[in-house]
Amino acid sequence: MNGSLHLWLIPLLPFAGFLFNGIVGGKLPKWLVTLVGLAAPLGAFLVVLSAARGLIGFAPAVALPYVETCPQPWISAGIVHVNFSLVLDQLSTVMLLIVTGVGFLIHVYSVGYMNDDAGFARYFSYLNLFLFFMTTLVLAGNVLLMFVGWEGVGLASYLLIGFWFHKDSASNAGIKAFIVNRIGDFGFLIGIFLLLANFGTLTFSQIGAKLNADPTWQGGILNIIALCLLFGATGKSAQLPLYIWLPDAMEGPTPVSALIHAATMVTAGVYMISRTHVLFNHAPFALGTVAVIGAATCFFAATMGLAQNDIKRVLAYSTISQLGYMFLGCGVAAYSAAIFHLMSHAFFKALLFLGAGAVIHAMGGEQDMRKMGGLWKKMPVTFACMTAAVMAICGIPPFSGFFSKDAILYAAYLHGTEGKILWGVGVVTALITALYMFRLWYMTFLGSPRGEEHHHHPTPLSMQVPIIILGILSLCGGWVGIGRFGRYLGHTVGPMPTQGGSLRLELILSGIAVFLAFEGWMIIDKYYRRNPERPAQLVARLPGAYKLLFNKYYVDEMYGATFVKPLLLGSRYVLDWFVDKAILGSAAWLLAGIATMSGGILQRWQSGNIRSYAAWLAAAAAAVLLFVVVPWATVLAGFGIHIGMAGH
Amino acid sequence: MDAINHSILTLILLVPLAGAILIAILPDRGKLPNWIALITSLVTFALTLHLPAHFVAGRPGFQFQVNIPWIQNPAIFYHVGVDGLSMWLVVLAGILAPIGVLASWNPIKERRKIYYSLFMVQQTSMFGVFIALDLMLYYGFWELSLVPMAVLIAMYGRKDGPKAALRFFLYTFIPSAPLLVAILWLYARTGTFNFIALQSLIANGSLPAIALSWCSLAFLVAFAVKVPIFPLHGWLASAYSEAPVALAMVIAGKLGLYSLLRFQVGLFPVQARAIAPLLIALAVIGILYGACMALVQRDFWRLIAFAALSLFSMIVLAIYGLTLTGWTGAVYQILNDGVVEGAIFLLLGALENRYATSAIGEYGGLAAKLPRTASFFVITALAMVGLPMLNSFVGEFLILSSTFTEVNRGWAVAATLGVILSAAYMLWLVQRLFYGQPSTMAGRVAARDLRFHELAALVPLAVLMLVMGLAPTLWLRTIQAGVHPPAQKESAVLPQTVPLHASVLAVSSREEGQR
Amino acid sequence: MNSFLTHPIPVSWYLLVSAVLFALGVIGFLVKRNLITVFMSIELMLNAVNLSFVAFAHQWHAVKGQIFVFFVMVVAAAEAAVGLAIIIAVFRARNTLAVDRINLMKL
Repeated sequence: MNGSLHLWLIPLLPFAGFLFNGIVGGKLPKWLVTLVGLAAPLGAFLVVLSAARGLIGFAPAVALPYVETCPQPWISAGIVHVNFSLVLDQLSTVMLLIVTGVGFLIHVYSVGYMNDDAGFARYFSYLNLFLFFMTTLVLAGNVLLMFVGWEGVGLASYLLIGFWFHKDSASNAGIKAFIVNRIGDFGFLIGIFLLLANFGTLTFSQIGAKLNADPTWQGGILNIIALCLLFGATGKSAQLPLYIWLPDAMEGPTPVSALIHAATMVTAGVYMISRTHVLFNHAPFALGTVAVIGAATCFFAATMGLAQNDIKRVLAYSTISQLGYMFLGCGVAAYSAAIFHLMSHAFFKALLFLGAGAVIHAMGGEQDMRKMGGLWKKMPVTFACMTAAVMAICGIPPFSGFFSKDAILYAAYLHGTEGKILWGVGVVTALITALYMFRLWYMTFLGSPRGEEHHHHPTPLSMQVPIIILGILSLCGGWVGIGRFGRYLGHTVGPMPTQGGSLRLELILSGIAVFLAFEGWMIIDKYYRRNPERPAQLVARLPGAYKLLFNKYYVDEMYGATFVKPLLLGSRYVLDWFVDKAILGSAAWLLAGIATMSGGILQRWQSGNIRSYAAWLAAAAAAVLLFVVVPWATVLAGFGIHIGMAGH
Repeated sequence: MDAINHSILTLILLVPLAGAILIAILPDRGKLPNWIALITSLVTFALTLHLPAHFVAGRPGFQFQVNIPWIQNPAIFYHVGVDGLSMWLVVLAGILAPIGVLASWNPIKERRKIYYSLFMVQQTSMFGVFIALDLMLYYGFWELSLVPMAVLIAMYGRKDGPKAALRFFLYTFIPSAPLLVAILWLYARTGTFNFIALQSLIANGSLPAIALSWCSLAFLVAFAVKVPIFPLHGWLASAYSEAPVALAMVIAGKLGLYSLLRFQVGLFPVQARAIAPLLIALAVIGILYGACMALVQRDFWRLIAFAALSLFSMIVLAIYGLTLTGWTGAVYQILNDGVVEGAIFLLLGALENRYATSAIGEYGGLAAKLPRTASFFVITALAMVGLPMLNSFVGEFLILSSTFTEVNRGWAVAATLGVILSAAYMLWLVQRLFYGQPSTMAGRVAARDLRFHELAALVPLAVLMLVMGLAPTLWLRTIQAGVHPPAQKESAVLPQTVPLHASVLAVSSREEGQR
Repeated sequence: MNSFLTHPIPVSWYLLVSAVLFALGVIGFLVKRNLITVFMSIELMLNAVNLSFVAFAHQWHAVKGQIFVFFVMVVAAAEAAVGLAIIIAVFRARNTLAVDRINLMKL
């Protein structure tokens, strides 16, 4: 094969699946739809595996980064030259393994979960479409191709959130997601234009080379570009101030929440920042902003997660919070740590959603945690795996989340004075994380069943297997260790910051984090197991705080009042009624009125009576005759008036 | 082959005209006019495909030219030809003709003969506008494109045809008069209507500058109304909601935008540069104004009208940016808008034909009943909002990037805001039409999904959207070779005359970009 | 008495007859209500013109005038055919031939 990796197969296999299931899938038997729908991600995963032999221990098949470019350019006009070029390097390898691997598992899970749905083929075609765009995003060798994937995953997300389109809440959530993402994309686009204007190219490697060639080029326009890209990232990765779409996105089918809104798509922002890390390294202000946004988001989202009762919404806020950690990692230039956390988060958060899906499935569609409880007896395997995931997200060793979160917090602590504050926020958030996660754990699985008794649906094998595999990954996914992981990724995103650090400091810091996580567990244990009345009492004692958290700080309402309402009302009353109808309309009709009026006067002659026309004709002919025949010059001269030649 | 190359443009003009005559002669029996119109337009489309097949990409100037004297005095020539700028527009007009016939298949039930013969005359005039290189000939086709349109709107309007036709008439005919005066003045001064000759004569500076400014203004207003450019869009919404679908597809945009490129900026580059700041401002206002207006419309034709205002304003922005990238993007975007608008009109026409209303509020939950319509609608809507991989993205990206890097960042940022708003109004429209629970009307009226003839028109358009999004170089190469924006102003060449009002940001970034 | 034979009738006499005929045609056109009479009045006007054509042709010994007469007669015949067809069509549509009632041209 001439050493060719056939990277193009990775996105195109899912695309073929999308076309097949989207166009003819509705009329085909379910097994064939399933076969095609699963073969596409599996094929892509196998191609990734064959390309990533180097990572798994075999000798690297090719030297990284490996580039595949379509000989025909995509867009070529004037100042814009963009190719279809796919790049495989350490960063995209890790990301692809996650996307296609976890993606495949969730496809398998979906076969069981969506079995009874009428839109089975449509569902799989959308899911394949998502994988197509996500792999394009990851493999893209230039910013514009990345933007293709970027917008495309937003589209897939829109389609899948609104999958049950007959529900108003679902289609509303879909639109909200798409438009909020578009607001972010607006920033991204501006960033792309600025890149084009300042670098004359959109290829990552060329941009990186230009920046590396001149280490003194710092800040200035680079800060602005990086901030624009960051704005795009906050949209896609649901960070402050654009996180509002993600909780609503839980209207989609649960496997979709697992794949798109937890494991892969929402991490695209982190991936993008890592991909453009050279730029961010040259833009200190923007990088600092990344860290601050990350820390703030991870804290606020965690507090909001405390007061939710819908199991999927708790997980949604925890996703936002965990993404905040990743942004924090990027913001302190610990890109490897961010990607490391991205990976472990993909494992445990996908698992949490799949487990939640199994729980919802078992409860016959119920999502309210207040009506659950005592499920561990009924679904022991799911319970065991979910426990692993809860431990992982809370950062309890030796589960995967411990290693990755620890790496981020350690890097944050090393990041100068302000890094200490960021670390503090991160550690407090770790406590809150433990609070809301163990609250979920207790309310769902432990205690005694609340609410009316549902007849229990057994979990099918296709749903059970992915949960088990992800459970294992949640446990061992972090054992590779940030050291080895960082060295591998370091080829692409630079080494982990270690200045001023020591093993002792690292141990102390992680000891504090672990202690706080356990403390959180103990508090919840006290409140929910030993003293079940206490939570209600606490709510009663702090009604304001609870209401604030329960309503998510009223951010949605605030945006509605400041942006959406004024836009709609202004458009309707100021633009439509006043400008268009009153001013422009009346100006136009004034013109029309003048024309009509003059027409009305002339119209008198147009009686429609042939004889009157003929009379006018005759009269006019007579007048002409009179004019020609009568010697006017002589006649007028008789009156003493001289015209024309008569003058001389 | 030379004989074909020589006569192909004439054939393209004559075949639809012959179709019109044939329809007029033969009796108005059953679907006979439909079939004649369909066959004629398909033949014409096949003929237009000859152009890209035999176009020599590298050769400068016009190709397939014919230049023979027509009238001795005044010296009017039958002078036609195409270059990279107009060739694909001819093909676009060619493909929209059969699609327009298919779109009229069901809605036009009476007086088919008059409808289709006037429709074919309208086609001829569009081809004529795109290929005429003699100003008088061009003017003849330009006027000819307005007359059948007004008549058809008046006769076949949905509710209030005559009123909309009157509006259209007033808006478009009145500015045509100064256009004629300007053309005649040019003739009086130069003794020629030949576009190429006039172009060089004006460039020589042999004509008085003030008079040229008035001429360019006359050209500008006539074309700006036809595009339309804000605030001259008053006729658009009523024309869109009244005109038969096939005509609404072609009523706005293309002709005016092409004429701006070819005859306004093409003949009067200096004057165009002088007035460009104003037009850039109007274009950006148009983008945002149209998008905001589209958000709050309750009738889907009016919504599409304002969406179109927004989309066309984007092209105007590119035209008056006067850059190569922008012009290439502009021509490409004219093609894209033609395809996308064609599809959206077909779909909305299909809906109105089934449910007999264009009030958005009456609709709801159609996706379950009309899944194919919904799928095509979503694809078209996504193309319209500029989703990457679909066609409009390429055009919009070229336009915005050129505006951003070479014109003005502030306006470009404002224009980019349109990206958000377009997603909002289009997706909201999709939601109100197709999602949610079926509305009472949707439950009451039994409607079938897209029929064969509708699919026959929609599938090619959908495929085109994808192909034009993925392989734009097929088109861009010829377009780029064919557009000639006026040379950059001297200030760009001589750095000491950088205008003072250039933003600090732009200057500093340019310096940094050079490092 | 034989000046009648020796001296040709001066052209002015022909023209006078022609003018009288034409005036009669105009008056008939304006006064009569029936469409067919109106139509005949038009024919009358045409013939008045023909007469003056012939008279001038004779006067100037130019054949052009007579050729014009033939043209006018051909056009008049064609017009008669088309005009009568229109009249019949109008009668079928409106059941009247009164000119005053036929005012379709009014908007």
